Amino acid sequence: MAGASRPADMETAASIRDDVRTGRRSAVDVCRHCLDRIADGDGRWNALTTVFQDQALARAAEIDRRRDEWRDRPLLGVPVTIKDVICTRGEPTTAASRILAGFRPPYDATAAIRLREAGAVIVGKTNCDEFAMGSSTEHSAYGPSRNPWDPERTPGGSSGGAAAAVAAGLAPVSIGSDTGGSIRQPASFCGIVGLKPTYGRVSRYGLLAFASSLDQIGPLTGTVGDAALVLGVLAGHDPRDATSAEAPVSDYAAALRRDPEGLRVGVPGALLELADAGIDAEVLAAYRRAMDVLEAAGVVLVDIELPHAEYAVPVYYLVAPAEASSNLARYDGVRYGSRAATTGGGEASALSRMYDRTRDAGFGAEVKRRIMLGTYALSAGYYDAYYRRAQRVRGLIRRDYSSAFDGDAGPGVDVVAMPTTPAPAFRLGEHLQDPLAMYLGDVFTVSANLTGLPAISVPAGFTAAGLPVGLQLVGRAFDEATLLRLAHAYERTAATNREAPDIRD
Amino acid sequence: MPDRLTRADVERIAALAHLDLTPDEIDLFTPQLADILEYAERLQAVDVSGADDVWHPGGSDCPRRPDAVRPSLDREATLSNAPDGVAAGASEQGGFFRVPRVIG
Repeated sequence: MAGASRPADMETAASIRDDVRTGRRSAVDVCRHCLDRIADGDGRWNALTTVFQDQALARAAEIDRRRDEWRDRPLLGVPVTIKDVICTRGEPTTAASRILAGFRPPYDATAAIRLREAGAVIVGKTNCDEFAMGSSTEHSAYGPSRNPWDPERTPGGSSGGAAAAVAAGLAPVSIGSDTGGSIRQPASFCGIVGLKPTYGRVSRYGLLAFASSLDQIGPLTGTVGDAALVLGVLAGHDPRDATSAEAPVSDYAAALRRDPEGLRVGVPGALLELADAGIDAEVLAAYRRAMDVLEAAGVVLVDIELPHAEYAVPVYYLVAPAEASSNLARYDGVRYGSRAATTGGGEASALSRMYDRTRDAGFGAEVKRRIMLGTYALSAGYYDAYYRRAQRVRGLIRRDYSSAFDGDAGPGVDVVAMPTTPAPAFRLGEHLQDPLAMYLGDVFTVSANLTGLPAISVPAGFTAAGLPVGLQLVGRAFDEATLLRLAHAYERTAATNREAPDIRD
Repeated sequence: MPDRLTRADVERIAALAHLDLTPDEIDLFTPQLADILEYAERLQAVDVSGADDVWHPGGSDCPRRPDAVRPSLDREATLSNAPDGVAAGASEQGGFFRVPRVIG
């Protein structure tokens, strides 16, 4: 099923940058080739919501004109797509929601500004679950994206369009957002690399807020090296995001050159045996093989306990909706987006009826479910039992990880390893009628958001049916360098991401 | 364990959330939300004595910035996104968002 080599556009961002830098290819040629692939291929994947045809070519031409002046820019001429929950000035930013149809932000997200300053060419916006709420991209007002490894299956979500775009070779880099696994799970489902940085590592300015204590922007790429390259561009303090960290940005490229020997990797054995996780036998086998590869590379495997990690899903599905219910109150038909017509009387004021009808008409089912859950968890009489209690269990989960990383009181691991998801990509429609079943698939990804820790998904082989499986590594806060170093060593040794989907016309 | 979520609960929450749900949506959401909340009941069994609340992974430090006047978004560009925005130049009293009548 899988082809022996990646299609031409699966070349890395670093190699494209080098070609443009040395003049072997022009940025315009690279950009045109990318736009052609999108025009030819995206009818099948529905990965993009908007293509910036003219703007991208104009920017590429500018890069060619100023090549000598800009030659040191780390993403010179690299085509990049951006998830449609990240604001791009004057261009559509829909959050894959009807309620934001026609919205053109009057400002750019910091991530978009940094990419452009690094020489990247933004070629379009990618499809996702509405307001990044979902694990399949089926909750998009623009229809589901499809998995390039099997178009009957989901590419995952919520950054499903971003992952499909990279896997199908439409662009080498996509920028996504991850609130409960929305970068890592689609990366796992599509056989690519996805990195959620530490909370605060990348500015959230211009990211449409879903759950403000959990959201983080990060890259989806074909290789760990590209993830390191893009993180270096995105990372750093931003005065426009008060939660962005002042911590110095590491030299991620240098970290990749370091041997992984001696690193201590935690294996949460009990978590993997949880019945609720429903872990697929082939996923578990791929994980065991990955641990063998790491051990052979000189890594020390250490059995660890994360006794409260099994509660991560219920904690997440109270905390995230609670924050969402507050963040999404702003979509009320007044300042942006659509407004429903209001006629007729009733007891409520005309303004109140306008709010209620605009929101019911503008939001899709999953967003409404989460707003309802969050409103309930925060409402009088239920706040202590649901929201407050969830935050306290969140504290216990954080303590579990702190203990695992602690060398004095705990096993002192550098990284925790687990599968990214309990099962490979599911069929479109499979979980659509059962939201709880969809949520349970997030069992291994949500803890990194609840704790703020950085986590990466790297390709770890395939099931017998040819579906990609992901290995997830979780690191210490602001220690993306170690995470990337280990992920890179694994990628090099296991050679699990050298295949690309066999896309035939 | 509390009583299973009812239609009346869902109607009450929808009003709080400013969602004018249709009867079909209430039929759909009532059992789905009830299932999710029942699943979340397992948190009641966790011993949380001595546990800290985590509201934010960044910790409790609240960074401060100088309270200085800075440029903000362009008014016309911002109004141009509104479903019923009135540009400043449109009339003598322009430069606002218009909403349905609130009083009388």
